[in-house]
Amino acid sequence: MRSSWKKWRLPVIMLGPFLILVVIFYFIPVILTAILAFTGMDSSMRWEFIELNNFRKLLADPNIGLILKNTVTYVLFTLVINVFFGFILALLTTYFIRWERTSLFFRTIWMLPRITPPVVYALLWIWFFDPSEYGLLNSIRSLFGLPPVSYLTTQPMLIIILANGLIGASFGMIIFSSAIKSIPRDLFYAADVDGAGHLSVIKDIIFPHIRWPFMFVTIWQLLSLLTSYEYILLITDGGPVNATEVLALYSYHKAFQNFEYGYGSAISLIIVIIAFFISLLLWKVFGMGKMIRPTRIE
Amino acid sequence: MKIELKNITKSFDKKTNTIDNLNLSIEDGEFIALLGPSGCGKTTTMLMIAGIYKPDSGDILFDGQRVNEVEPKDRNVGMVFQSYALYPHMTVLDNIAFPLKQQKVKKEERIQRAKEAAATVHLEQYLHRKPGELSGGQQQRVALARAIVKNPRLLLLDEPMSNLDERLRIEMRSEISRLQKKLGITTILVTHDQQEAMTLADRIAVMKDGQIIQYDTPMALYYQPENLYVARFIGTPPMNFLHGSVNNGILHLHNRKLPLETRLLTKSYNGDVIVGIRPHDIQLGSHGDLQLEGTIQFVETIGHAKLINVLVGDTMIRFFTNPFLDLVPGMNIQFSANSSDLHIFDGKTEKRILKKKDLKAIRKSNAVNQILPHAADSKKSG
Repeated sequence: MRSSWKKWRLPVIMLGPFLILVVIFYFIPVILTAILAFTGMDSSMRWEFIELNNFRKLLADPNIGLILKNTVTYVLFTLVINVFFGFILALLTTYFIRWERTSLFFRTIWMLPRITPPVVYALLWIWFFDPSEYGLLNSIRSLFGLPPVSYLTTQPMLIIILANGLIGASFGMIIFSSAIKSIPRDLFYAADVDGAGHLSVIKDIIFPHIRWPFMFVTIWQLLSLLTSYEYILLITDGGPVNATEVLALYSYHKAFQNFEYGYGSAISLIIVIIAFFISLLLWKVFGMGKMIRPTRIE
Repeated sequence: MKIELKNITKSFDKKTNTIDNLNLSIEDGEFIALLGPSGCGKTTTMLMIAGIYKPDSGDILFDGQRVNEVEPKDRNVGMVFQSYALYPHMTVLDNIAFPLKQQKVKKEERIQRAKEAAATVHLEQYLHRKPGELSGGQQQRVALARAIVKNPRLLLLDEPMSNLDERLRIEMRSEISRLQKKLGITTILVTHDQQEAMTLADRIAVMKDGQIIQYDTPMALYYQPENLYVARFIGTPPMNFLHGSVNNGILHLHNRKLPLETRLLTKSYNGDVIVGIRPHDIQLGSHGDLQLEGTIQFVETIGHAKLINVLVGDTMIRFFTNPFLDLVPGMNIQFSANSSDLHIFDGKTEKRILKKKDLKAIRKSNAVNQILPHAADSKKSG
């Protein structure tokens, strides 16, 4: 007994705080969400189990078709911008701009929105597209005598995708540029001597080397986009008339605007299940198992 | 292809010159080596010839044409890197065919030529493996095949054998030599291994601090080193050095006096000197006119000879003896060398102060014509 305590003492002390945090902030919320999804909890905070009623309600929800469609559009297009724009930025700042200081400067600029509070970032976008003549785009239009346009009502989804895509690109940029920088310089020299142009270097040298980071960023961004809603909330709040309402935002609205905690949790649970199956699918598609397997060569 | 470097200067930090006003000329079909310790600028020089670095000033000429601004891909050079730099996700065949693919050679011909190149380096069985599944020696062959597949006008080898074990290195040395002769391609080898440079190159440029110290044939570097640096660098085991002085045409060395008069470059030379003697030029006993004695410190058995380490005064002298002699540390022995075999350098400038030895005379004294009566005359008196 005593000796086993001796053996486990250090691991328990080292891992304990971390385990407690994981249980409180990761594990319990998932379980709570799952349980809440089967209750009709509202602002009175009563645990009232109503079996599958929340899910029946969801299926019958007249908005659900549009919301699902919005979610798919939002996630897919933002993901493409996130990943490809991130890749292009990484290429520009590591391969094409060889001077480290310049590329660091550009990368820092792209990181700025990450360290700005989301509210400020969202405000900038609102100001940019504001329908009055004080909005940046409309003030430019007025210089040419054009009437103001309400972009936020005519193209809300496009604006949401751009706002999320541009800020999200910095994540891919950082991961990809460090991956590109870890490619041995000799390989670029060899490709130069072998007569490879830029396109071939990107296709034959850079891309194969960042294949795993590329998959990682894709999966990571896909999952975080599926559950993210803060910029949509701040810029359009899902409007106009649900035009930019996505599943995660819908869950928030139901839970914190209509105080239908049970229903909101049910929607969240659906998101968790979708995320789980997408991860599983991508894991298989990308062959991630191969990546974490030990190498065959010493 | 004839290569010329004229007054090349290259600096990476704007303060010191990595390459300092370097001049080098390589004849068509010649095999030369850039030899020097790490950091002397030999790889930088090679990367400038490949076009990866641009010189700050000076001209690089290929067959008389200035190529300073020509991109690497348009220079038609093949290169083998120290790390081999194989494309890890491509098979051996794809690696070798890569330069041809860039030249838009048709797929069938590309594969055909890649296979031929692979065959010249004996890689036929490994065409569909990835570089990670090959041994170091095999990877090196892939790198070599990839460098020669497009029939380049110039072959650059950057320390190609430094990652191989000794046996494989000797094997690859003869392979590279054979390939270079067969293709007749102008070749530049960068190496810090003087033995590798000596065995492979027609001429060797010994480099130090971004400058070429001496550019000569291996035999000339061995028998006529221009300065202490070259003398120290060339030859295994390395040359022995003793401190002495020259006064009125007489060499004073460990209480011995040797007349030098006619052999001095400047008759009136006076001052401290460093005397170099190659281990092969020393023998036991007192046959030579420079006689020395000392205490044996250490004996290395090689098989065909014994390498004796003798302390003379406070300098260690190494030389070969008959392997069957019973020599043990602590013994006092006498040994000697011929004054004509001495290399003498100025103690301050470290430049040679003796006239160059005549290689033809050395040939004669070695009685080459009697050993090889016919072949000897046709060979260059390297």
